[in-house]
Amino acid sequence: MSAVILFLGVIAVIAGWWLSQQRLTAKPWLEAGPIDDFPGTGAMTWPAAKVGLGVFLAVAGSLFTLFISAYSMRMNMADWRTMPVPTVLWFNTGVLVISSVALQWAYVATRRNDIDGAIVGLLAAGGAAITFLAGQLLAWQQLNAAGYFVASNPANAFFYMITAVHGLHLTGGLLALGRTTAKVWHRNAATAEMRLSVELCTIYWHFLLLVWVVLLGLLTGWTNDFVDICRQLLS
Amino acid sequence: MVDVPYDGITGIPPAEVPEVELYHPKSWWTQYVFSQDAKVIAIQYSLTASAIGLVALVLSWLMRLQLGFPGTFSFIDANQYLQFITMHGMIMVIYLLTALFLGGFGNYLIPLMVGARDMVFPYVNMLSYWVYLLAVLVLASTFFVPGGPTGAGWTLYPPQAILSGTPGQEWGIVLMLSSLILFIIGFTMGGLNYVVTVLQARTRGMTLMRLPLTVWGIFTATVMALLAFPALFVGSVMLLLDRLLGTSFFMPSLVEMGQLSKYGGGSPLLFQHLFWFFGHPEVYIVALPAFGIVSDLISTHARKNIFGYRMMVWAIVAIGALSFVVWAHHMYVSGMYPYFGFFFATTTLIIAIPTAIKVYNWVLTLWRGNIHLTIPMLFALGFIVTFVNGGLTGLFLGNVVVDVPLSDTMFVVAHFHMVMGVAPIMVVLGAIYHWYPKVTGRMLNNVLGQFHFWVTFLGAYLIFFPMHYLGLLGVPRRYFELGEAAFIPPSAHSLNQFITVVALTVGFAQMVFLFNLAWSLFEGEPSGGNPWRATTLEWQTPETPPGHGNWGKELPVVYRWAYDYSVPGAAEDFIPQNQPPTTGAIQGAAP
Ligand code: HEM
Ligand SMILES: [Cu+2]
Repeated sequence: MSAVILFLGVIAVIAGWWLSQQRLTAKPWLEAGPIDDFPGTGAMTWPAAKVGLGVFLAVAGSLFTLFISAYSMRMNMADWRTMPVPTVLWFNTGVLVISSVALQWAYVATRRNDIDGAIVGLLAAGGAAITFLAGQLLAWQQLNAAGYFVASNPANAFFYMITAVHGLHLTGGLLALGRTTAKVWHRNAATAEMRLSVELCTIYWHFLLLVWVVLLGLLTGWTNDFVDICRQLLS
Repeated sequence: MVDVPYDGITGIPPAEVPEVELYHPKSWWTQYVFSQDAKVIAIQYSLTASAIGLVALVLSWLMRLQLGFPGTFSFIDANQYLQFITMHGMIMVIYLLTALFLGGFGNYLIPLMVGARDMVFPYVNMLSYWVYLLAVLVLASTFFVPGGPTGAGWTLYPPQAILSGTPGQEWGIVLMLSSLILFIIGFTMGGLNYVVTVLQARTRGMTLMRLPLTVWGIFTATVMALLAFPALFVGSVMLLLDRLLGTSFFMPSLVEMGQLSKYGGGSPLLFQHLFWFFGHPEVYIVALPAFGIVSDLISTHARKNIFGYRMMVWAIVAIGALSFVVWAHHMYVSGMYPYFGFFFATTTLIIAIPTAIKVYNWVLTLWRGNIHLTIPMLFALGFIVTFVNGGLTGLFLGNVVVDVPLSDTMFVVAHFHMVMGVAPIMVVLGAIYHWYPKVTGRMLNNVLGQFHFWVTFLGAYLIFFPMHYLGLLGVPRRYFELGEAAFIPPSAHSLNQFITVVALTVGFAQMVFLFNLAWSLFEGEPSGGNPWRATTLEWQTPETPPGHGNWGKELPVVYRWAYDYSVPGAAEDFIPQNQPPTTGAIQGAAP
């Protein structure tokens, strides 16, 4: 469970930092009167949707780190047989990077009021993400054809399960991306709302890319070597 | 545009909103059924949770009948007993208490108490309820599928949860896990709302340290739930795959029905870790809202400011954080490494400190207060007593050497019913008596309320207190019947009969309560806007029940904390949060 404890530790640090900005030592019973500078701290002037996304990312992060925790506990048992990584995964990773970059491009374009650029970026990102999902399905197919079935080894089971969960998150993101693209399509000037939508999609995409890279490291066994090094340094 | 004029783009909610900008539902359907108004969603959540909660209550009667009079009821067999236990436990903990505190009270109280018009994402909030309803329906459907509901115990431990021989192995367990997954998805949607509303939609002047403790409790519990439920999600998904696709995440190789099963190599312990990583925080997810609400009930009905407000806030936050590092105290008997046991015993005892601080502060708030023995106050007092009782036995069980012999006995059943069954239910009931006037505009009947309180409180005590003794005798939990064991004296059997009779009586009192709820809706005494003369914002709304958008044209502005009761020199014994400091007289509602 160390992965999730580590993750929650990070969350706790962020929450602690935020709470420390909130005058938790105030003595409210002595302080009747208006407080004008609502909401009081810079962090809180974020739009609600952005805060909402941040909270959601914490939840999704908790979900993925729990999968990782389960993975690292299960992999130490005797019956674990590491699975070969299909080469198509490297291609998929590249496509996902492109998707993220395209979205970042779209985000920059909306900031510069460049609607056409934004649309190109959004479409490219969507296309790349769909390609990624198709590539993941291809990887499944290849593994299945090579005899690596879900139930034949826990390593396989984890692979299918974790890629599925990640893919579902990306599919959900595609829905939001589609709505955002439609929004941008019908306008000729960037609005604050549009910028926000594109920004939120971009953040989510980068998050999913990060998660994917971590998962890939896990599935290929690199993370293991890394953890081993850390463990040696610590002990 | 959704319900609220607050568009989510600008950071600061507008203090004043022109009437035209308020979204008004267009039809009966969008007003009462597919409503995006948090107050309607709150009532939908509460009614659904209570309905499924009644099922759990009926199940507890059936279990008690079997335990009190074994062999008398031919329609209850051993398998069914296990199914009843499982469904009772799961419903009570998750589908009733969690949904009621967060989905019900959270939805109703958060926007009103922080001075917002609604939740920040009303559409998602509506979805949250419908997914929850779906989860409840899936759960309830297991009573009707072939093989019936699962009998794996509410902890759903593999391997037995998905092996043949456990009732409900065919359909029950699959639907139970699916329902849990749905519940978590639905909850996450709602939880995002509760958290972000508290963070972003507070009205002017409502600093964190001016929030009523109810909001603090619900807020912290929601944050915990958002982080802890994924563990149950992961565990459920993996168990579902083990059951449906034959993977071996949790399943060791074993012989099933005389044949080697297809499973092999998995770790049941892994499931226990995931389950309790959720399961222990879950205790506090139920307890923290109760802590918060009870603080407000005590302060209001004792006409005294809460003792040590800051300490209360810090304690809530500390408990929330600590409860993530104690989960393995549920696994002392799983054969884990002894030093782990030591670590978790220590953290468990540490968490008792902030909890004890809270209890002291409630008692000190009562000290020399002007205590009105209203029904909400009675329930709040009942909560303190049962909670202290359950908390003390929790200290026993937190120690490895004491837990090992008592584990899986009735002592544990008595402990957790006291601390997370009866105590939160006391708060739920008290809170309903307290806020019912705001929701409906009418008071609940007092005589029926007195009857309800005394039967419930004394009855719950008589049910669960003797169970400690049964547990010390060694009476095991989750047993269909005790048979002729030498260590169980005949007196234990008569005690069991006694408990059953009391349990049925307590159940009857709940029917009286339901009658009161329905009857007072039409016949109750009109309450006015602020019958308890309370300070918090929800009592200052221009209309009762609060209208769509909660406030009139202007949002209230907050000038003080939530506990200005019996302030020396003030004209009345309470000063609402939205009353400016300079004016001496009390203004009723916001303009
Ligand atoms: C008057 C009300 C109640 C009665 C009479 C009652 C009775 C029972 C009984 C007889 C059992 C089974 C004991 C056994 O054989 O192991 C049980 C188990 C349980 N109850 Fe209750 N109960 C009540 C209320 C509640 C409430 C409000 C909760 C909410 C937390 C709750 C949570 C549980 C749980 C979690 C279990 C364990 C299920 C399992 O072992 O898997 N109960 N209850
Ligand atoms: Cu615990």
